[in-house]
Amino acid sequence: MVKPKLIDENGLRIDGRRPDELRKIRMEVGVLEKTDGSAYIEVGGTRIYAGVLGPREVHPKHLELPDRGILNCRYHMASFSVDERKPLGMTRREIELSKVLREALETVVFLDEFPRMMVDIFIEVIQADGGTRTAGITAASLALADAGIPMADMIAATAVGKVDGTLVLDINEVEDKYGEADMPVAMAPHLDSIVLLQLNGRMTSGEIEKGLEMAQNAIKKIHAMQVEALKHRYRIEPEGMET
Amino acid sequence: MSLGMEKRGYAIKIMKNKVYDLLKIGKRIDERSLDQLREIKIVTRVVEKADGSALVSLGKTKILTGIKVEVGSPYPDRPNEGVFTVNAELLPLASKSFEPGPPDERAIELSRIVDRCIRESRAIDLEKLVLIEGQKVYMLYIDCYVLDYDGNYFDAAVLSAVAALMSGSLPVYRVIDGRVELAPNDRMKIPLRTPPVSVTMGLIGDKIVVDPLPTEEEIADTLVTIGIDSDNVVAAIQKSSPGLLPVSMLKEMIKLSLVKSQEIRAKLLEAVGNGR
Repeated sequence: MVKPKLIDENGLRIDGRRPDELRKIRMEVGVLEKTDGSAYIEVGGTRIYAGVLGPREVHPKHLELPDRGILNCRYHMASFSVDERKPLGMTRREIELSKVLREALETVVFLDEFPRMMVDIFIEVIQADGGTRTAGITAASLALADAGIPMADMIAATAVGKVDGTLVLDINEVEDKYGEADMPVAMAPHLDSIVLLQLNGRMTSGEIEKGLEMAQNAIKKIHAMQVEALKHRYRIEPEGMET
Repeated sequence: MSLGMEKRGYAIKIMKNKVYDLLKIGKRIDERSLDQLREIKIVTRVVEKADGSALVSLGKTKILTGIKVEVGSPYPDRPNEGVFTVNAELLPLASKSFEPGPPDERAIELSRIVDRCIRESRAIDLEKLVLIEGQKVYMLYIDCYVLDYDGNYFDAAVLSAVAALMSGSLPVYRVIDGRVELAPNDRMKIPLRTPPVSVTMGLIGDKIVVDPLPTEEEIADTLVTIGIDSDNVVAAIQKSSPGLLPVSMLKEMIKLSLVKSQEIRAKLLEAVGNGR
């Protein structure tokens, strides 16, 4: 496989975007029947369902905590979501991502509001085109909000990458594969803080600072979309206005 | 907040206040200054049967890494690169919070951080590990065992893995008629480009502590590990515990890690730098 040119002579990316441009994002809240809260997200070719079950009784029982609830999170990719079939079961990558995603969400959920209970979050990637963990946590926050779980803020996320020496926002699969670096960032926008941060690849401290700024601006936009998606689900038409 | 999650409530609040009060006057519970590392000891070639090995202690945290080399097939999409994998185990004798059984999420995260520091800094010259392109390459199995856990297994694991690579060697194979044959009694150095190191820091209130103890990890608002190569470029970051990390504090952490990484690398080179 030959590495494609990731930035063209006009400074545009392999899918025609500008370096600081997000892909097309679509969000929908309340898409699954049997969960207590759910959401669906599309970011470019990435497609993810997130579902929340609970608060409910802790299973197994001995794990329950007297003073607060516990949060579980499973990030899982469908076998057909990637080019080469992913074996069934949890890979090491999925186990690691489940941990960092749970820790990010745990930061904003008021766990002491439901002692002796647990909340399960399931993130199911049905098609992966880069940025699955960040799109996954964006959908998971929506599902938590849909389930009515009390939170300090609603997390939104995106990734910044470095491709052909240029910092780019919201990298896709090709950019991730052939680029120099991938930095997923999730933030609690109202608390102005990072809740998830990873870096794979080489970046100078200056590039990281610039990248965080790009991510922060994009996260504000994604957060606004989340709010719209929730409003769309819960809008009540004023009485007498039905047609 | 990474370990011993069950101990919460008032005990942890009291401990946190106590630790923070000390930090305000520039002290830590073990008398160190905020940015001071614990003593680093590196002993290499501790296991003769391994192709490379190193026992690292970072204060009372002790990690043994051994490397075993085999010949195998490259990944189909990378026919002209050798292969390495990192595994880490939190042995039950290292801490009461570690249990026997397959690696849990903490062990998997640890192994993936060590892997990331080595892979993303391009520490191993994988192209020099090819015997027959697309068919036969060296495969390095880098296995880290946490023997004693007294905080910060991340930095100790990266140090021991890199020290084992630097002091280790490969069996030499000759390619004869498309077959690989072992050249007995011949060894070569593992081809390396840069020795990466990592710096783990805890954020406690508005204070950053380097190389945290278990108590500090438990009460910290969050923990961040930063991997840095010898060009002072960041190659890996992992926020490895829940909690809010203000952007301004992250910037401080990156600055601090660039300074501390040089100190750690100097120790590493002092111990295993001969001939490199």
